[in-house]
Amino acid sequence: MKFLRPLINGIWKENPILVLMIGLCPTLAVSTAAINGIYMGLAATFVLAGSNLIISLIRKWVPDQVRIPIFITIIAAFVTVVDMVMHAYVPEMYKILGIFIPLIVVNCIILGRAEAFAYQNGPIESLGDGIGMGIGFTLILLILGSIRELLGNGTIFGFQIMPVTYKPVLLMILPPGAFLTIGFLQALQRYRGGKE
Amino acid sequence: MDQKLYVSAPPHIRSDTDAKFLMRQVIIALLAPTVAGVIFFGGRALLILVISVLSSIFWQRLMIYIKKEKRPLDGSEVVTGLLIGLNLSPLVPWWIPVVGTFIAIVLAKELFGGLGFNIFNPALIARAFLLASWPMEMTTWAAPFTGVTQATPLALLKLQHVSTPYISLFLGNRGGCIGETSVLALLIGAAYLFYKGVIDWRTPIPYILTVGVLSLIFGQDPLFHMMSGGLVLGAFFMATDYTTTPVTKSGRIIFGIGCGVITILIRLFGGYPEGVSYSILFMNAMTPLIDRWTIPKPFGYRVERRRV
Repeated sequence: MKFLRPLINGIWKENPILVLMIGLCPTLAVSTAAINGIYMGLAATFVLAGSNLIISLIRKWVPDQVRIPIFITIIAAFVTVVDMVMHAYVPEMYKILGIFIPLIVVNCIILGRAEAFAYQNGPIESLGDGIGMGIGFTLILLILGSIRELLGNGTIFGFQIMPVTYKPVLLMILPPGAFLTIGFLQALQRYRGGKE
Repeated sequence: MDQKLYVSAPPHIRSDTDAKFLMRQVIIALLAPTVAGVIFFGGRALLILVISVLSSIFWQRLMIYIKKEKRPLDGSEVVTGLLIGLNLSPLVPWWIPVVGTFIAIVLAKELFGGLGFNIFNPALIARAFLLASWPMEMTTWAAPFTGVTQATPLALLKLQHVSTPYISLFLGNRGGCIGETSVLALLIGAAYLFYKGVIDWRTPIPYILTVGVLSLIFGQDPLFHMMSGGLVLGAFFMATDYTTTPVTKSGRIIFGIGCGVITILIRLFGGYPEGVSYSILFMNAMTPLIDRWTIPKPFGYRVERRRV
C-alpha cells in the first residue's frame, strides 16, 4: 500500500504532464513519434526511480542549504548511466533523442519529485512515486507521440495506418501540434477526473 | 407626464445594431470580392467558397449541439467560412476548406467560448494552420481565366524579380487567393461597410499607409506593395474584426501601424513572400496590452503620472 498508492497517484491523478504540467520541454520536443516517446519515457522513469530512492535514503544527512547540488549530482549520475547505455545499445534512438537524454538532468519532473516527494518521504513511497511518475510520463509521451505520428505522418511505430492518399497534417509534428494535443488531453483528463 | 419623468437605469440610448445585423452587412460587402473571384477563377472558385461556407455552418451547428446551447446561428460562421474560402487558392483540394473551417469554428472560436471570446481571428488561425500543414497545396496559385498555375505577384517579385503592372493588381487579373486579387472589388465592399458605419477607418487606413510609407523607405515600389498580396482584404475585413482588435480609438491606430510594420518586415526580410495574416495574428495577441495602454481619460479627470 505504501508503495502502490503513490505509484497509482503518479500515473493518472497527479500525472506530471497533464496535472502538474512539469517536464513539458522534452515532451514537446520528442513526442513527434510514438517510439521516441517510449524510449524517452523509459529513460526518465529509470532516472526518476533511482534518484527518488537514493535521495530518500540519504535525506536525513543532507543539509538543507546544499540539497539542490546534491540532488543534481545524484540525478546526473543516473543520467550518465542511461546516456551510456543508450549510446551503446540503441544508437539510432540515441541519435534521434540527442540532446534530450543529457537534459534529463535538468528535467523538472525529476528535480521536482526529488524536492517535493523524496526529500520528505521514506524510500519505499519514494520509489513508488518515482516509478508512478515515470509511467505517467511515458504513457502521455506514448499517447502524444501516437496521435502526432498518426496525424502528422500517417503511421504509428512506423507502420502505415492511414491510406496512402492521406495528406499528413504537417503542423502536428511541429511544436504547435504538441501544444494542441496536450491541450486536448488535459481537457479530457479534467473532464474525466473533474468529478470530485 | 408620468412617462416623461420615467427614471431608469442606464443605458438610455439603445440601438437595433446586433451581431446578426453587422454580420449581414459584412456578408453583403464580401459579395463584391466573391463575385470578382468567381469571374476571374471560374466555377472551381465558386465550389471552394460554397464548400467553405456550408462546412462552416455545419461545424457551428455541431458545436452548438455538443455544448447543448439553445442559440441561433448569428451569421458570424458564414463570415468566417466566406473569409476562409476567399483566402484559399482556387486550386486547393475540396477537403482543405472543410479542415480549415473546423480549425476556425471549433478550435479558434467555440473552444475559447464562442463569438466575442476568441483571442485570434478564426479565419486567420485556419489559414495559418492550413499553410503550415499543407504548404504545397496552399501555395499553388492559378492564373485567372486559364487555370494554369502561376505564382503571386509578391512571390514573383521576391523569387524572380518580376514586377506586375498596376492595372492587373487593381482589377485582379493576377495569381492569388480567390478573394484577395481584385483591389477594386475589395474597395467597393469596404466602401459599403464605411457607408453603413460597420468598420472604423482607424485600423485599415493606418495599416495600408504604413505599408506604403515603409516600402518607400526601404526603396520599394509603395503602390505595388499596397495593392499586392492580401493586404487590402486583410486590412478592411480582418484587421477590423470587433472581437480581436482594440476597442479604443488610439489603440486601433496603433494596431494598424503595428500590422503594417510586421507585414513589411515579413515581406522584405522574412522567409515568406506575404505576411498579412501573420501580422494581424501577431497584433491580435497584442490587443489586450494595447487596450490597457490606451484607456481614454474620462472628461474632467486629471491623469495621474504613472511611475515606472
